Amino acid sequence: MNERAASRMRLVGMIRKESLQILRDPSSIAIAFVMPVVLLLLFGYGVSLDARHVPLAVVVEQPDTNTASLIGSFQHSAYFNLKSFDSIHAAQQAFDLREVFGIVWLRNDFSEQLLSRGNASIGVIVNGVNANQARITQGYIQGVWQVWLGHYARSRGMELTLPVALAPRIWFNAAVSSRDFLVPGLIALIMTLIGALLTSMVVAREWERGTMEALMVTPIRIGELVIGKLVPYFVLGMGGMLLSVATAVWLFEVPLRGSFWLLSAASALFMLVALGMGLVISVVAKNQFVAGQIAIVVTFLPAFILSGFIFQISSMPAAIQLITHIIPARYYVAILQTLFLAGDIWPIVLSNCAVLALMLFVLLAVARRKLHKRLDA
Amino acid sequence: MNTLRRIFALAVKELLAILRDKKSRFVLIGPPIIQLIVFGYAATFDLNNIPVAVYNEDSGAASRVLVARLVGSPHFDLVGHIERDAQIAPLIDNKDVLMVLHLGPRFSADLKRGKTASAQLIIDGRNSNTALLALGYLRAIVTDFNIDWARRHGKPGPPATLQIRPWYNANLLSRWFVVPGIVGLLTLVVTTIVTGLSVAREREAGTFDQLLVTPLRPVDILIGKSIPGILIGLIEGSFIITMVVFWFEVPLRGSLGALYIGMFLFLLSAVGIGLMISSLAVTQQQGILGTFLFLVPAVILSGFATPISNMPEAVQYLTLINPMRYFMVIVRGVFLEGDSYVLLFDQYWPMAIIAFVTLSLAGWLFRRRMN
Repeated sequence: MNERAASRMRLVGMIRKESLQILRDPSSIAIAFVMPVVLLLLFGYGVSLDARHVPLAVVVEQPDTNTASLIGSFQHSAYFNLKSFDSIHAAQQAFDLREVFGIVWLRNDFSEQLLSRGNASIGVIVNGVNANQARITQGYIQGVWQVWLGHYARSRGMELTLPVALAPRIWFNAAVSSRDFLVPGLIALIMTLIGALLTSMVVAREWERGTMEALMVTPIRIGELVIGKLVPYFVLGMGGMLLSVATAVWLFEVPLRGSFWLLSAASALFMLVALGMGLVISVVAKNQFVAGQIAIVVTFLPAFILSGFIFQISSMPAAIQLITHIIPARYYVAILQTLFLAGDIWPIVLSNCAVLALMLFVLLAVARRKLHKRLDA
Repeated sequence: MNTLRRIFALAVKELLAILRDKKSRFVLIGPPIIQLIVFGYAATFDLNNIPVAVYNEDSGAASRVLVARLVGSPHFDLVGHIERDAQIAPLIDNKDVLMVLHLGPRFSADLKRGKTASAQLIIDGRNSNTALLALGYLRAIVTDFNIDWARRHGKPGPPATLQIRPWYNANLLSRWFVVPGIVGLLTLVVTTIVTGLSVAREREAGTFDQLLVTPLRPVDILIGKSIPGILIGLIEGSFIITMVVFWFEVPLRGSLGALYIGMFLFLLSAVGIGLMISSLAVTQQQGILGTFLFLVPAVILSGFATPISNMPEAVQYLTLINPMRYFMVIVRGVFLEGDSYVLLFDQYWPMAIIAFVTLSLAGWLFRRRMN
């Protein structure tokens, strides 16, 4: 038997062993299949940053046609659910009990101020605890106010002439639905989970049980060992990616404006980086508990918080922004959001892929060095 | 009396088993601190230094005033001026800027003649939340400009204006929202991992059988295994609360007592869930992955980052069995809203029920596993 055939045989054997191990352990299957589905459903259906039906208390101290037209504008908006209260006191009680998120308060001199002096004030209180929600709600309230100003002017036979009117156009996501950017970003999270968390624990188990040493005394070469270990997880991760893309496009109707093949190629590159991280973590940690913990802290959480998946990187403090540069998910999330929503924008795809390729190279070099050391020890 | 002593001895042994190993000691201390710092600073929805380009075709003074207001805002960062339509798309596509403000050649002329001047705004919508917030900031700038312009040119302003006051967080700092939530996040993670592994570790090491031949009853073993989780959770929680108050300077307006009652009930339910997972897991790997499988949905569905009221109704019902949901309300209520015991009672009792159910279930699973 020549050397090449022997090598292929060893490799196939290794891949077979590893695949069987995955199929036999229910917890691997859970992380590889159940977790992605749970995450996709949660993010697709459960999580949304768009405020809809915000419960709003309304206090009108002296109802008349003017107050009715203003409140009517709020009722027409899909963003609010109105609840009427007789006094500001009662409304505040509901506010304290978190039954309403904000209060619109028209004092008894509202119409008088409106008609005689033309500077009535609309009192609005919003709960600022969730600052993001409060800001978005403020924006909606301002939108309603502007619509009403137009109605009011027309009802009095005038044309409302704002000095400057803002004409916003939101590219790539005209309906500004947060699902369209959360679901693609999620793919980075799922692949990190399979590539780094699962792989690091599985390889660490091999060290913990001493079976790694047993493997090393077989004729298998270190390169074959690593490839054999990683191929099944690569397949698993790409399966997770395909599942996520299919769910995103068909179930959640997120547009895929870029090319599917480009997406697959970039994903394969990211998957290799994630596997590289998992490999390095397992070699450093040597035991499952620690490997799992390190994988969560250095791969999963950064992919969540520091990748631009939810939080805008340019708004973070400079020191944290520097850290994000060494997070692989940052580059992959940029590719994902661009390929899904904007299309094949080559400068973005190529520059981010180049960084990922560099990371892969560094990770492989580190893993190789560390693995050699262990053999010598 | 003897029973108490035995439970105490078991709890001490459990604590030692966790703290003796250098690596697992580090895992309990290092990651939570790193996470607290990184989350505290990175997890913000406030936008600063949004890169923006201006495409001003107008030569009048009015357009320059509007652009100056934009440049003066801390939220925006002027990257450059552009001169042609064709320059807009590449800037946005390549993420060099988040938005382009376009003022047409008739901007100043329209304003002078009393016609509405249009200001076009092109925003990158790839992150829709960022797009909406940036639009909100720019809208505020334009509204201010309008009111100012009307006043200066003797025109009537809008007949009614909004007086918006955010309560509890007047400057709308999202850090005040996120950082107290971390108290709940990290105590949940640490407590469930510690308890989630406690039975599985003994089973893997083979010492579980030795425990069974001791005079301890299953209930005693369960209590002994709960104590370290609660203790570690309380210590870690207290440390994080201290950091939140003194390092991140989030105001603590309510009573600490109300917070600690909530934290104790929260930890009890976390321990119950951890022990349930632990009784089901055969190996440590299953313990860790099982814990993880519980933690991720629990955190996402807690209102930690995204409001529960935005979720579909069916999912909102699902969050009712999530102890972290109640603790998020408590921790934010006590920190920002100054809530008292009475206002938080509705959050206490569901957690007490969850704790009771999960601990009983864990006991039942535990006994079943033993037979």
